Amino acid sequence: MLKDITLGQYFPGKTVVHRLDPRTKLLLLIVYIVALFLAKSWYSYALVLAFLTGVTLLGKIPFKAMTKGLKPMLIFIIFTALLNLFYTKGGTLLVDWWIFEIWSDGVRTAFFMVLRIMMLICGTFLLTYTTSPIALTDALERLLSPLKKIHVPVHELAMMMSIALRFIPTLIEETDKIISAQKARGADFETGSIIRRAKALIPILVPLFVSAFRRADELATAMECRCYHGGDGRTRLKVLRYAGIDLLAFLVGAALLAGVIVLRRFGL
Amino acid sequence: MDPTPIIEVRDLTHTYSAGTPFEHTAIEHINLAFRPGELVGIIGHTGSGKSTLIQHLNGLLKPTSGKVLFQGEDIWKDKKFTHSIRGRVGLVFQYPEYQLFEETCWKDIAFGPKNQGVTGDELDARVRRAAGFVGISEDLLEKSPFDLSGGQKRRVAIAGVIAMEPDVLILDEPTAGLDAAGRDSILENIKAYQQAQNAAVIMVSHSMEEVADLCSRLVVMNHGAVAMDDTPAGVFTRADELTEMGLSVPQVTSVFARLRAMGVNVPPDVYTVRYAVARLLERKEGRSC
Repeated sequence: MLKDITLGQYFPGKTVVHRLDPRTKLLLLIVYIVALFLAKSWYSYALVLAFLTGVTLLGKIPFKAMTKGLKPMLIFIIFTALLNLFYTKGGTLLVDWWIFEIWSDGVRTAFFMVLRIMMLICGTFLLTYTTSPIALTDALERLLSPLKKIHVPVHELAMMMSIALRFIPTLIEETDKIISAQKARGADFETGSIIRRAKALIPILVPLFVSAFRRADELATAMECRCYHGGDGRTRLKVLRYAGIDLLAFLVGAALLAGVIVLRRFGL
Repeated sequence: MDPTPIIEVRDLTHTYSAGTPFEHTAIEHINLAFRPGELVGIIGHTGSGKSTLIQHLNGLLKPTSGKVLFQGEDIWKDKKFTHSIRGRVGLVFQYPEYQLFEETCWKDIAFGPKNQGVTGDELDARVRRAAGFVGISEDLLEKSPFDLSGGQKRRVAIAGVIAMEPDVLILDEPTAGLDAAGRDSILENIKAYQQAQNAAVIMVSHSMEEVADLCSRLVVMNHGAVAMDDTPAGVFTRADELTEMGLSVPQVTSVFARLRAMGVNVPPDVYTVRYAVARLLERKEGRSC
């Protein structure tokens, strides 16, 4: 049951999208998001949507995986749609009933807003589906490395991120085990008032925290035993290098952004 | 020995993640019965289905098909019964010390019986009795479990299950990671509980010496099925089959098998050091006469 929360998990593969340099993908995601927020008309949305569909097909990501990612955001999406629907005024009045007024502009804004949020989520999932967390942290570290000049501990932050990602499955497994063990001692997590249920979490949370701290301690010792001393002078096993396809990808990204800007310029 | 089984599994099959690409059948068509007063060892290599089997016995896992019967009644017949079974069939997980959470040992041991609805003097008596079985002294009961040594923590955790006074006590590798002295004393505690309560005790273990020494019956699991179900003597005479399953026999058994292969006249059913010594002494005396 708990295993289901690993949303947006990496699907290993060998497609063009998988093989792109993670830095390229990260930068392309930013370009994509900017393009998405600049889009104002049917044409520009269609252009961005075409890009999204194209990359999804190239990466051979199943359509189902995309829709599954949208599910937890459903309430948020509906809420946004309703707010925009009732609070935008302009165009022609479509519905006027009691205190509710729906204008044609409201319908339009609500529709675009929902489309924008959904495409935003799908685009982000596309990145995490095709890029392993390790590659992603590597990319982040490299892209942020200029900040080292102003004494931002980029390497340490990246290391913290990879360790956190690494321990998510471990901690989930641990939680499952602790739940089973407390159930075996007759703990009841399913019945009773909210306060009783919240109290029932203590026998799970205390051992979980204790073991998380113990693991952190052991990991720190193990790292020190292997002479870890931060990022200075550290070399990498896999050095990131841009290749021909990365250039191509950047060109596509630039074309997308240029297309959206031009369409916006002509008011389309 | 009481002939009616206290807990029984009939044609038990369990499939994990059924209907997904990760579908995996852990155990298939298992039939076993355990009687009060029995001390049963379950052996089998990693992934043979031992843990899946024992989690069915107290209703933590629901069978995909087949039944689990407690005193002849299906433990899944209604929700309340399933919940009450957890107190009658105590399950001690691997490394149980990682599940301690209370401020004092007393409170932690009391968690199980309290969930069963035991209160007041009876609760206190149960906690003290359970602590007695595992050799936790009175003064430790008021201490935080996190201040104890590893071996003591494990004792407190086992006491937490024993305090529910289950009719069936199941332990998953209770001695993993303990030193020799800690191992011996925990095994003695388990045996003491079994004799005092006439409980059925089921112990999963990787140590052949341990089960040979302690258990009256051994169940050998292989690829999700019961491969052997016999006395330790009966199981360990089939050394070749055990080796094929990736298991071994107690060291003393292999020494004696080697001696027999060399032509020395020693008995074939030796599986504990104590028994081996007795038989060798017998021989020595027989010769000197």
